[in-house]
Amino acid sequence: MSEDVFILGINMTKFGKHPDLDIQDLGAQAAMAALADADVSMGDMGILAYGNLVGQTFGQQLQKQIGQTGIPVYNVQNACATGATALRTAIMAIKAGECDMGLAVGVEKLAGAGLLGAGGGGGSKDGHHWEPSGRVGAVATTDGRIGTQQMPGTFAQVGMEYLYKNDYEGTPFELFAKISVKNHKHSTLNPLAAYTKEMSLEQVMGDMMIAYPNTRPMCSANCDGAAAAVVVSAAKLKTLSAEQQRRAVKVSASVLTSDPWQEACQVLPDVNTLTRVAAKEAYEQAGVSPEDLDLVELHDCFATAELVHYDNLQLCEPGGAVDFFESGAPWRDGSTPVNVSGGLQSKGHPISATGIANIWEVCHHLRGEAGDRQIEGAKVGMAHVIGLGSACGVHILESSAA
Amino acid sequence: MSTKTQIPHVDYLRLGDRPHLVANECTSCGARYFDRRNACASCFGTDFREVEVATEGVLTSFTIVAFAAPGVPVPFVAGVIDCDGTSVRGNVINTEPDDEHVKLGMKVRLATTSLGTDDDGIEAIGFGFEPAEGASA
Repeated sequence: MSEDVFILGINMTKFGKHPDLDIQDLGAQAAMAALADADVSMGDMGILAYGNLVGQTFGQQLQKQIGQTGIPVYNVQNACATGATALRTAIMAIKAGECDMGLAVGVEKLAGAGLLGAGGGGGSKDGHHWEPSGRVGAVATTDGRIGTQQMPGTFAQVGMEYLYKNDYEGTPFELFAKISVKNHKHSTLNPLAAYTKEMSLEQVMGDMMIAYPNTRPMCSANCDGAAAAVVVSAAKLKTLSAEQQRRAVKVSASVLTSDPWQEACQVLPDVNTLTRVAAKEAYEQAGVSPEDLDLVELHDCFATAELVHYDNLQLCEPGGAVDFFESGAPWRDGSTPVNVSGGLQSKGHPISATGIANIWEVCHHLRGEAGDRQIEGAKVGMAHVIGLGSACGVHILESSAA
Repeated sequence: MSTKTQIPHVDYLRLGDRPHLVANECTSCGARYFDRRNACASCFGTDFREVEVATEGVLTSFTIVAFAAPGVPVPFVAGVIDCDGTSVRGNVINTEPDDEHVKLGMKVRLATTSLGTDDDGIEAIGFGFEPAEGASA
């Protein structure tokens, strides 16, 4: 059995608009704060795993600001799961015995980026001569003509498909809007969230429609932000101070999956199967069950996505996500608080930072350091991200303090 | 001399008297694909045959896109149609793009639509799915 790994220090910057900070500034801020939180330095790190998707920067540029020690740098990209992939890369290096401490950083500058999607794809530009091109021989763009390739509409269909499969008879728009109301309410307690405004159901439903049933506040907010984590081996941790050992958070499970082939998975992305597989493996690795989770940070890139992941992460009975939500279970005072950070819909979604920021949120509670939004007595938590394409990262974390 | 006057939007749309979609079906496991294949993503086989896809189906998911990439007219309905066991991506057309007219589980059928004519006088023909009351799906 490979060695246990712990989060020794972790940090996220304030998510939002940082016009005066560039990608290196944001990455340095999170990395240096994570090192300070861990009470170690760059000199202690044996690996740097770095994720920055849209900005196309490299970990070496961060090193040149905070410490060039010659350690290996792994630059990773895995869509919206980039941060979790960076973290898992550092964890794997420790499990492989290559080093006993590592740093994972995820950073993104997205404020004002607008709609994100796969682009037109396939065809040549609309023009004077129809010319087939690409894998389907398209003579014109397919986005908008053969479905949508943009994220809000893609994830809208993910949620609607769940309702169809489970014979939902209510009003989809209102159901999904209520999920957003929950997360915006939760965000009011999170000073690092990009948006911290409570919104009524009427406000959420009355806002600008992006892709039915997702209005603007039901979509993750593009913003700037960074998050970083220092991971350490169990053996190394034993040599550190009592305070470091007390605050360390155990990584009980670290799982990364891609989407296994399913009928229709190349028609509408299947974000369910790989999440189910990852969750199952994570529960087995950690030896915990869904009932043991004191809080869950899941990838609510859109309100429609949050619903399906209640089911995919086994937080409810199969097919029971609507009942689970309507029972009040995922509210912060419910039986399984989900996205007490405010989720991506209000906290924001600086892509590569997200998969470490959700770990930060869980660690914060497990250490009893979450202030006004502390889930009392939290001992076990889960963090989940999905990157379309697809990649899924699931981590289960447990507090060290018995 | 015959002159080509129409071209399909994508090569898996077959025009003529009875427009329909075709798929590349893996001869070993039956997985179906609409794009050019290197191998089967399900069983890794490399032998495919072309099969016709049913032109009637059931709308199993949809969204009404109100905000899209530049140049894409909105609103439009994007959805997934279960065509007798083969899932197809397509727009729902020839109906109002709102949740009064578009419902999960509604029966739809393939319909073609013009994308315009190029400088050579060739008309590109696209496809969508329109409501099919009473269709046997």
